[in-house]
Amino acid sequence: MAIKILTEHINVPGIETFEVYRKQGGYTAVEKAIKTMTPEEVVEEAKKSGIRGRGGAGFPMGMKWGFLAKPEGVPRYLVCNADESEPGTFKDHHLMKCIPHLLIEGMIVSSFALGANKSFIYVRGELMYVIRILEKAIEEAKANGFLGKNILGSGYDLELVVQPGGGAYICGEETALLESLEGKRGNPRNKPPFPAVKGLYQSPTVVNNVESISNMPWVINHGGDAYAAIGIGRSTGTKLISASGHIQKPGVYEIELGVSVDEFLNSDEYCGGVRKGHYLKALVAGGSSVPILPAHLITKTAAGEDRLMSYESLSDGGFATGTMLGSGGFIVFDETACIVRNTWNFSRFYHHESCGQCSPCREGTGWMEKVLHRIEHGHGSMHDIDLLVDVAKKIEGNTICPLGDAAAWPVASAIRHFRDEFEWHITNPQEASQPGAVFMGAVLA
Amino acid sequence: MTETPNPVAFTPERLAKVKEIIARYPEGRQKSALLPVLHVAQEQWGWVSSEVMDHVAELLSIEPVEVYEVATFYTMYHLDAVGKHVIEYCRTGPCCLMGGEEIYDYLKQKLGIQAGQTTPDGLFTLKEVECLAACGWGPVFQIREKFYMNLTREKVDEIIEELSK
Repeated sequence: MAIKILTEHINVPGIETFEVYRKQGGYTAVEKAIKTMTPEEVVEEAKKSGIRGRGGAGFPMGMKWGFLAKPEGVPRYLVCNADESEPGTFKDHHLMKCIPHLLIEGMIVSSFALGANKSFIYVRGELMYVIRILEKAIEEAKANGFLGKNILGSGYDLELVVQPGGGAYICGEETALLESLEGKRGNPRNKPPFPAVKGLYQSPTVVNNVESISNMPWVINHGGDAYAAIGIGRSTGTKLISASGHIQKPGVYEIELGVSVDEFLNSDEYCGGVRKGHYLKALVAGGSSVPILPAHLITKTAAGEDRLMSYESLSDGGFATGTMLGSGGFIVFDETACIVRNTWNFSRFYHHESCGQCSPCREGTGWMEKVLHRIEHGHGSMHDIDLLVDVAKKIEGNTICPLGDAAAWPVASAIRHFRDEFEWHITNPQEASQPGAVFMGAVLA
Repeated sequence: MTETPNPVAFTPERLAKVKEIIARYPEGRQKSALLPVLHVAQEQWGWVSSEVMDHVAELLSIEPVEVYEVATFYTMYHLDAVGKHVIEYCRTGPCCLMGGEEIYDYLKQKLGIQAGQTTPDGLFTLKEVECLAACGWGPVFQIREKFYMNLTREKVDEIIEELSK
């Protein structure tokens, strides 16, 4: 049986309550950290664990903590990024809804490590029912002495605030999130200064994803070295994967990093294979922003090795033949899916969600959506394909935040791997613009 | 539809909630309460009119324009009067793979309205939204805090019938 760090107790009846969570060993990490460790020792365990940011960027969490400035007399903040909005990603939603105390416990341990006395959980506003679940959990933790003043008699004070967003994908970008938390539009900030130096209210701030923080109780209980022993290479620990699309069993799965893509996709323990009677056409492995892969590059790398669910293996081959683990939003497409239509759909998303601050992104996402719309609806020209590649190139790397890259990559990769499908739309406009029309050439060849 | 009364005032319970929210932030940082307070306002009136925004500005001791720029940036705030039930329908890729577009067409046909419109009886307003982080359970729409998942034509019939009572 595969190791479960986050989801071991997720199906225990009543696990959303303090009482049941505590009975399953909950809050022992808070006791251990606060009573027997210094904040620096907690940071050290996070570093040893090798855990990388689970929101999508994959930056080592312990290193990020190490950057936090600690000027005298200035408050420091921990902000949890629960603005999960990347298409294909729904793991944090699931985790917070089912086992809210895991995040609360992780927040306490992490806040203690960073010396924060007021920490925030920024949850996308659409999840108001989850916000109520978290607030209830916070009340319970407070009533039991794990939050508030003088936690467990240690002299350490911590208050947790749950903040709702207002429906904006861009607020998943950490500096946009901080702007939003200050009551402003979610416009990303120029970096530097980085949040570790000037973040929330111009104070040193760490922003971490829900899943990253939720790993901390286990890291404290078992040690960073034990965490680092799980997984493969620099992809340590486990990862929550949100599986959706044309598979037998959509849902949230916790995998040990390094499981093969073939096993994840086809074994009954996870996705259970492509839906019956259909076959695999394409995969988006890490949320809508990462490059889409065609069937022949999914379970094997270009070099013919088994492709694994890890940061390194998924990106093997660079963007020419690889992709990224990203947020773990695993979207499976069978032969009935139209790549052009899906690319247009994703482009519409990025156009809608661009904050409008940088012109390459504001204008470029709109251009890509319009050009893809006309190709999908039978009005495209061959020149449009090169135009899309050109626009994508001009957005990439030319914006304050990564939303520009995230908008460019799906378009560039779809054309890279499915160019003949775009061409078919242009040479067969009437057929291609029919509802449900799909190009079959590429998958049959 | 709910019209905003003039002068605008929160109910005593909601005003207490607003004050509790403002107290969450460090002194002088009460502007942080803006997004949550706008949610409370929308809960009361169904949408946020410019009168409501002005009132929120006053409560938070900030300029009205600071409220306008936020309310118009975030898509959850309704800037026009809406029906009793606002259906926020996910139009993003993973839901579409699960037949989201077909169910959406069916819903529009059933209600006789397009996105952004309200049924003549004032019961339903339809809005298109981007990914709701429920991709494994698509197609999905949301009404207030509730998610309706794995939608089929039959489920849509049941939901609309139930909410029309």
